[in-house]
Amino acid sequence: MTIPVAMTVNGKSVSGKVEARTLLVQFLREHLGMTGTHVGCDTSQCGACVVHVDGKSVKSCTMLAVQAEGAKVITIEGLAESAEKLHPMQEAFRENHALQCGFCTPGMVMSAIDMVKRHNYQLDEATVRRELEGNLCRCTGYHNIVKAILAAAPAMKSAGV
Amino acid sequence: MYDFHYHRPKTLADAVGLLKGKDEARPMSGGMTLIPTLKQRLAKPSDVVDLGGIKELAGIKVEGNNVVIGGMTRHADVASSADVKGAIPALAYLAGHIGDPQVRNRGTIGGSIANNDPAADYPGAVVALNATVTTNTGKHTADSFFKGLFETALSDGELVTSVSFPKAEKAAYMKFPNPASRYAMVGVFVAKTAGGVRVAVTGAGPCVFRVKAMEDALAKNFSSDAIKDIKVPADGLNSDIHASAEYRAHLVNVMARRAVDAANK
Repeated sequence: MTIPVAMTVNGKSVSGKVEARTLLVQFLREHLGMTGTHVGCDTSQCGACVVHVDGKSVKSCTMLAVQAEGAKVITIEGLAESAEKLHPMQEAFRENHALQCGFCTPGMVMSAIDMVKRHNYQLDEATVRRELEGNLCRCTGYHNIVKAILAAAPAMKSAGV
Repeated sequence: MYDFHYHRPKTLADAVGLLKGKDEARPMSGGMTLIPTLKQRLAKPSDVVDLGGIKELAGIKVEGNNVVIGGMTRHADVASSADVKGAIPALAYLAGHIGDPQVRNRGTIGGSIANNDPAADYPGAVVALNATVTTNTGKHTADSFFKGLFETALSDGELVTSVSFPKAEKAAYMKFPNPASRYAMVGVFVAKTAGGVRVAVTGAGPCVFRVKAMEDALAKNFSSDAIKDIKVPADGLNSDIHASAEYRAHLVNVMARRAVDAANK
């Protein structure tokens, strides 16, 4: 049985027909062809699939597409202003060498942006590490990710994003 | 995941109507347990009734001496609520230490207590603070609500509408989280309210339980010294690859003392 679903993804209205059991991440990747959002563990542990739904970071592998009916969804593809101008968080990840294989990076960046905003652009190292509980990285050892997020917080504030 | 019929009612009455008469229908609140369960094909509901569209079920208010939290209120909203932080800071702390930030943005108090996972955090607060659970059909006391492993007093089609927590004079929650899942290996909630002292333990056994000997000792002397020699027997406690029953029994005492110290700060 298919159900019509409509939502806004990265500012664009999208719609489609899904099964009730279609996950939000499947809708993004397989129906919309937006493969920036990754599926890592598929068990809500690793955070590679994090997107923003109505401004809040969620694991899109643990949400049904139909639950996002009418919602505003932002994915990693919706952050950069242009191919030349990255979001300050993406830029900070690049500057600080905060990725190696890059598989966890989309989720890391989405969680990090939510974290910075919730803490009103003021973070310390301990807070960043605690807030990253829902995102796993098997390459970096996290140090450079933490550095990148700490660097991005003031950059996001001055950029007004 | 097996497919199912999906419903998103706008009112509590509609949700109850959709669940009625369908043996295999399941309500879904935040979905943080149900969706992983469905993905593993451990459940095969005919219908999933999503409570996410019911506005009347979410929200936090202070009514006299009580903090009343709607069943569909997300953990993140409890953790950041000025009302909860002001009235029962230990409850805000507990909500802020469930899972991870993304789980807290979706998971709800009603879903957590209705599921009654033995390692969930909220049952500890509900029992220690002697909260009242309100449903569409009536009220349950904390002591009568949690029945056993994944079992509650809820009957079919009965939904948690709110949980009312009496303000505490002193309260604290301390958990030893499983380092991977952040579920409580052992969590102890200690509360001193107008109704007396309560000590509730989650994670250690098949279901949340109280430690009467600690409660009696703390009623006389609310200090961690008063309970330092009170041991909980390992018999019947959970034992798995993460911790043996003996280790969990030991942790109950450690976490209880830490909670009392934190409550006294």
